[in-house]
Amino acid sequence: MMTHGDRNRSERAGSSRMRLRGLIRKEFLQIVRDPSSIAIAFLMPIFLLLLFGYGVSLDSEHIPLALVVEQPNSDTADFTAEFDHSKYFVTSYYASTRDAEQAMMAGRVNAIVVLRRDFASTLRRSDGAPVQLIVNGVDANTGRIISGYVRGAWGSWLAHSAQKRGEVLRVPVQMEQRVWFNSELRSRNFLVPGLVAVIMTLIGALLTAMVMSREWERGTMEALLVTPLSMREVIIGKLLPYFILGMGGLVLAVGMSLFLFEVPLRGSLWVLFAASALFLVTALSMGLLISTVARSQFVAGLIALIATFLPAFLLSGFIFDIGSMPAVVQAITHIVAARYYVAILQTVFLAGNVWGVILPNALALAALAAVFLGLTWRNARKRLE
Amino acid sequence: MNAAKHETASSTSASPGGGIALVVKQLSKSFLVGKRRIQALHDVNFSVRHGVVTGLVGPDAAGKTTLMRLAAGLLVPDSGAISVLGMDAATQSLAVQGAIGYMPQRFGLYEDLTVQENLDLYADLQGVPEAARAERYRELMHMAGLEPFARRLAGQLSGGMKQKLGLACALVRQPPLLLLDEPTVGVDPLSRRELWDIVYRLVREQGTSVLLTTAYLDEAERCDDVVLLHEGRLLDRGEPAVLREAMRGRTYRVTVAGMDKRVLQNRIAQAPGAMDALIQGDHVRVVMESDAPVDFAALCPAAAGIEAAAVAPRFEDSFVALIKAKARGDEDSSAQMTATTTSPLLARGTAEGSAQSGGVPAGVRLAGVARERVDTNQVQHIPPLPAGERGQDQFARPVIEVSKLQRRFGSFYAVNDISFAVSRGEVFGLLGANGAGKSTTFRMLCGLLPPSGGTLRVAGADLRHAAAAARARIGYMSQKFSLYGNLSVAENLQFFSSAYDLSGTRRKQRIDWALQEFELSSMADLTSGDLSLGYKQRLALACALMHEPDILFLDEPTSGVDPLARREFWSRINALAGQGVTIMVTTHFMEEAEYCDRLAIMAAGEILTMGTPGSIKAQARTAAQPEPTMEDAFVGLIMAHEHREAAA
Repeated sequence: MMTHGDRNRSERAGSSRMRLRGLIRKEFLQIVRDPSSIAIAFLMPIFLLLLFGYGVSLDSEHIPLALVVEQPNSDTADFTAEFDHSKYFVTSYYASTRDAEQAMMAGRVNAIVVLRRDFASTLRRSDGAPVQLIVNGVDANTGRIISGYVRGAWGSWLAHSAQKRGEVLRVPVQMEQRVWFNSELRSRNFLVPGLVAVIMTLIGALLTAMVMSREWERGTMEALLVTPLSMREVIIGKLLPYFILGMGGLVLAVGMSLFLFEVPLRGSLWVLFAASALFLVTALSMGLLISTVARSQFVAGLIALIATFLPAFLLSGFIFDIGSMPAVVQAITHIVAARYYVAILQTVFLAGNVWGVILPNALALAALAAVFLGLTWRNARKRLE
Repeated sequence: MNAAKHETASSTSASPGGGIALVVKQLSKSFLVGKRRIQALHDVNFSVRHGVVTGLVGPDAAGKTTLMRLAAGLLVPDSGAISVLGMDAATQSLAVQGAIGYMPQRFGLYEDLTVQENLDLYADLQGVPEAARAERYRELMHMAGLEPFARRLAGQLSGGMKQKLGLACALVRQPPLLLLDEPTVGVDPLSRRELWDIVYRLVREQGTSVLLTTAYLDEAERCDDVVLLHEGRLLDRGEPAVLREAMRGRTYRVTVAGMDKRVLQNRIAQAPGAMDALIQGDHVRVVMESDAPVDFAALCPAAAGIEAAAVAPRFEDSFVALIKAKARGDEDSSAQMTATTTSPLLARGTAEGSAQSGGVPAGVRLAGVARERVDTNQVQHIPPLPAGERGQDQFARPVIEVSKLQRRFGSFYAVNDISFAVSRGEVFGLLGANGAGKSTTFRMLCGLLPPSGGTLRVAGADLRHAAAAARARIGYMSQKFSLYGNLSVAENLQFFSSAYDLSGTRRKQRIDWALQEFELSSMADLTSGDLSLGYKQRLALACALMHEPDILFLDEPTSGVDPLARREFWSRINALAGQGVTIMVTTHFMEEAEYCDRLAIMAAGEILTMGTPGSIKAQARTAAQPEPTMEDAFVGLIMAHEHREAAA
């Protein structure tokens, strides 16, 4: 026998389940019918991944380089061959420095290497032969990379030619380099995992803020509020479908990273998914929080873009290293959820299950999720004002 | 089933007050808009009886929607309380929401869900048990006439069908009290009639109590009880018939042979003792200040051959009388003039006795005119005067010529083979259900949409080749009043005059003219978004007239404004027509159709009939309906068309 209270409670639980089921089914039908949410959830990630995987690269390769050899001989030919065979440069030869300079002005080349007339003769003197390098420094980063590459090419050629002559090049300090985690120094290997964070922010915060404010804009929220729905059910009814959608986006992004871009996954898949689930809840609660203040899609979209998407891009350490940002900006990055997630992602992909990194970051994510959800809970009232 | 028990439980708790479903006590509510506080409701008291239809009637900004939202627990009152089915709407909002059915103004449908999916959603949200659904759905779909459309997306339904689906969703749990916020706004007369039939069937068969809001005064007569709201205050309440009967003996139809009806209306409106004068097809309908007998010959000495007969009062008469009485009261107690109310206008009209050009029929004071007792049921004959100021020959040269006009969207004909011509100075009305092709026709006439076939000449220019030339000679005003809400009145006028290429002294002249003519000088620096709807409408009209167009297009220009502002608007339109401006207008108010010289009624992209209001009404005359209204004629034509379509 059930007491009256028990039955009431179970009845209430039953109708609550029915209401939630109705809400969630409605949400999925809307997602399926609305091309724009499909586009944000699936096409945008594919587009971003392809763009960052193939199009954008922070490595400098195929730099157009002008070579001016004033008096060609076997030594200069030997030296320029070093550039000709390098994957970093695409060489072109100019008869005079002036021609090469004009080519640089016109933007056809990014750097000029000049081998003077006396190159061969001074080469064997004790102070060595001078090589002139002119670099287009407009893009400071590329400029530095070029001068590094040229210097490297020069050094390795010197060592080579000394070896050929049976001498040992005397350099007082020898540096032996080893690159860890991303030994090939492929920028794709850290861009693609970082991109997963951007994609999850897109689905979690932007999409959720937009669909929630759409309900306000179209007046459907008013109709929902005048049903026995509680605000808790409204929030769960939005969280759950977009959580599932976000995890779908994650599977897509991880699949593409591993199989299309061949980014190594050194940690375990379950750590990756658990951390992603945590971040997704944070992103979703940011989206919901935005929708409690913004009641038009335009405003919600704009706030979400500025408050979640751009920080995920710029302040998460995904492209720009947080350590080299000014102190103020570094302080701001602490409230950017994507920052913690990017740290976890890059660790899990490139280093492995390094708990010392994963746990503190996960904790920070959980704290942010709690804050955002709490604020949403407090702000969402079943009233129109 | 425990759901059935739940149902009876809620319906017994529904009537604790013994026949009272809803009580509003000293209710006040204000909103902060920007820096200004707007009093939406001011100390309102009334109650709603069980098992009847109560209409909350008033123009826009009367506070109707605020009151509905307060009743649904979506807003909290500043002071006072609403008791809904014995529960306090503010403190027990969840319980109230579980008991009532509510349809918000924008029906709350998910347009990307099908009809069936919308019903399923609301059934889930309202906790309708699965077993009871099939039966309930069948009932609702049948009632709403939506059976063939279960799989159609709600967004692809017509306006009327959306409204019926919204109603069905609100009814999915069979609530004892139904709140409907403007269920008929923007819906064509046929769908409106069907909606009313559904509401009355609910009341009759299921004993549902209904509280609905409407801005259509003719709908108020269909309610059992009405509550009249104006600017947040209760004007009056009671049975519409009782309110209407108070006006008996004050209403007449007046004609003068050979005199233009607009001139006649203008004269009568300015006559002492006349409260209201409206054009009704071929005659002028006059409402007097009191039921004392009237000598029309003395009242309107310039109009010879005047004929006047008493006619039955209408609900709108009592509403207009109430607002005017209130405005006079405000004036007497020297109420201050504010930009947000229409009362300054009325007060002004009253103070000056009558208004300029258009002859605003605003509160004209009873002058000490001697009146004799005349049998009001008898037609009065007065010798005729020379014809009105407007000659007949002005209709000779068509300004708009449309022939075999077509517009196709994909395989769908929005406008199919329509032809008509409009003469200079004519007021031509375009009526039709939602989706009949009125807006498409309008857009083509304004040169905004190229036609798929046929010819189109506006102001002598072929719109296919010289759209820009034609556009310089037309003015356009739509129901949305395309103003810049964050610019001031003067800035809006400046912008529109520059958009029409006016500059220098001419621009200044036109702006001064607009401020003068539309009595906007005192509010030139106010933000136009803060104006009342009536003033926004004036400003929109002023903007559309900045370049002195030959043709004026009005797309539902008066929806939402109160009857007085509507009258004032039309008096301006009539004055413009008198000056030779050609007017094309679309409207959902059958009342306004009567103001037109000629009308075309459209359905499914075709013109069903065209002619004067009188001739169109005459088509609907039957033995059962000797005096058909414009609405009767409209509904009859549309239904006949649908029968033909169904047969074909």
